[in-house]
Amino acid sequence: MAPETAGKPGNRAASAAGLWGWINRRLPVEAFLRASAADYYAPKNFNVWYFFGSLALMVLVMQLVTGIFLTMFYKVGAATSFDSVEFIMREVPYGWLLRYLHSAGASAFFLVVYLHMYRALLYGSYKAPRELLWLFGMFIYLALMAEAFLGYVLPWGNMSFWAATVIVNLFGTIPVIGPGLVEWIRGDYGIADATLNRFFSLHVAAVPLVLLLLVALHLVALHEVGSNNPDGIEIYDKKDARGRPLDGIPFHPYYTVKDIFGVCAFLTLFAIVVFFVPTLGDLFMEKANFEPANPLSTPDPISPSWYFTPYYAILRAVPDQRIGALLMLLAVVSFFFLPWLDRSPVKSMRYRGWISKSFLGAFTISFLVLMYLGMQPAQEPYVTMARVFAIPYFAYFWLMPFYSRIDPVKPVPERVTFHG
Amino acid sequence: MTEAGAIADHQPPEIDESRRKFLTVATGATAGVGVVLAAVPFAASWAPSERAKALGAPVEVDLSKLQVGQMITPTWRLQPIYIVRRDPSMVDKLAQHDAQLKDPKSQNSVQPDYARNEMRARRADLLVLVGICTHLGCLPKQFFDAGDPVLGADWPGGFRCPCHGSRFDLAGRVFNGSPASTNLVVPPYTLRSQNTLVIGADDAAKQGAA
Repeated sequence: MAPETAGKPGNRAASAAGLWGWINRRLPVEAFLRASAADYYAPKNFNVWYFFGSLALMVLVMQLVTGIFLTMFYKVGAATSFDSVEFIMREVPYGWLLRYLHSAGASAFFLVVYLHMYRALLYGSYKAPRELLWLFGMFIYLALMAEAFLGYVLPWGNMSFWAATVIVNLFGTIPVIGPGLVEWIRGDYGIADATLNRFFSLHVAAVPLVLLLLVALHLVALHEVGSNNPDGIEIYDKKDARGRPLDGIPFHPYYTVKDIFGVCAFLTLFAIVVFFVPTLGDLFMEKANFEPANPLSTPDPISPSWYFTPYYAILRAVPDQRIGALLMLLAVVSFFFLPWLDRSPVKSMRYRGWISKSFLGAFTISFLVLMYLGMQPAQEPYVTMARVFAIPYFAYFWLMPFYSRIDPVKPVPERVTFHG
Repeated sequence: MTEAGAIADHQPPEIDESRRKFLTVATGATAGVGVVLAAVPFAASWAPSERAKALGAPVEVDLSKLQVGQMITPTWRLQPIYIVRRDPSMVDKLAQHDAQLKDPKSQNSVQPDYARNEMRARRADLLVLVGICTHLGCLPKQFFDAGDPVLGADWPGGFRCPCHGSRFDLAGRVFNGSPASTNLVVPPYTLRSQNTLVIGADDAAKQGAA
């Protein structure tokens, strides 16, 4: 067969004339796009909760682009970092915009990822056959937490320094190897220039590469099993004569257009924050971080960024450092086990009974209350309240094998439904 | 017969599966050992550099200007060192609240042997601590006045961490109900003379021994 007519079955563009055919005989561009968009069917009953996956992808791209440009002006080093960030803010043309997009972008990333994850809790999207999809997503969440923490240290403000101190010292609670591990991570006897340098390397190279790989795996796994939907019904169970799901529509153009609308709405809100309230009070950027790092002065009070405060509230609610660190770890790791903790025959909350709904409701409230408590000083009544609200948080996960089995579920319809 | 024909007629020998498996496992194991060994220099590069170690040598502190009831905070190895000249009333109070402490005898805490005593010090009047909370590393603030309005009427005087609220007495011993589990660390130190303290050395004669 002559190379001009080569191409594997299904690669229709291989026989096209001109440059497009020439490329597709050598790289299946059109076949790939067709398989992953125009011939990829998604359930037709998506609602507003289904905006956040594509938004997370968009924020990731925005963080990469703004991050690359910030790296052009930032000078890593205990003696230079703080000044170079001020240089970016005051003297680099549009430097302030690059930085505010990146710093507010970090918060936006967590906001859309939390909503994206909550969608999975609402509609049981972590249940079979989407366990690996969920696990890749959770690893993305972990990588994102690492990336956010490492990036927070880079401006070398006083909150940067003390956040690094507290987080690195968490590793010191590990028995036997803890103290040595802490010294190894820091590369000095305290958080120092050596620590800042390696955190910079991890933030701009290592973790983003891991993040991109995980996002690729997340998408490949998604396209293998297909999207869940608000009814929690597998659309490929009901197909037409040509094998297309009756309740599915091609991702392109239907959901590409829908997602573009979501991006426009998101960017409108995001622009309002970036241009008018870039620090959002103290939520996105704390006042204490506009002072240079000072190893001899802890800011008072000290609290992490809002997206870490639920875990932080749990950490300090425990009057024992090792158990506190373990419970905080468990609060994050519990999400990983959801596909195996959930024994309900039904995916979506729409068809679950009052027990599952109550536990999810209690979890939602406790997550938000813990988020608030983690921002408050370490005093009463906040510490006792954190102890109280940690109970429904953990009960949601670890009582699930029991309550999800006795939950009075409703019958699931054959076909997807529309609610308003 | 052409050369191509000879190849076509050649009968493939029977595959020796156990030999193939042995070679696969042996190659994999060798590569695994190689990866681990090659990782050593990368991991080791994260340890404190020679410069960091040199800057971590013992430091000498002059105590002649330290008044009774006052604290100074020199640094050693990037850590603030709290040095308090305790007055006799502070020392007397230390024996009165053992029941409120997690580790009154400092059995689970870090200190040199000469500081594993009631005063946690070489000399009762001189308290030397690493000023870093054993919980997660913030700097406890000084609340030396007994009955401080923030900490309540039964507060005997000591330190409180602003980050997570751990409380310590004037020997650096942690109070019940704090997130910290162990007492503040006592660094190795020695007194070269009445008013000359060396931090980082257990013995004035062997200053490098820290």
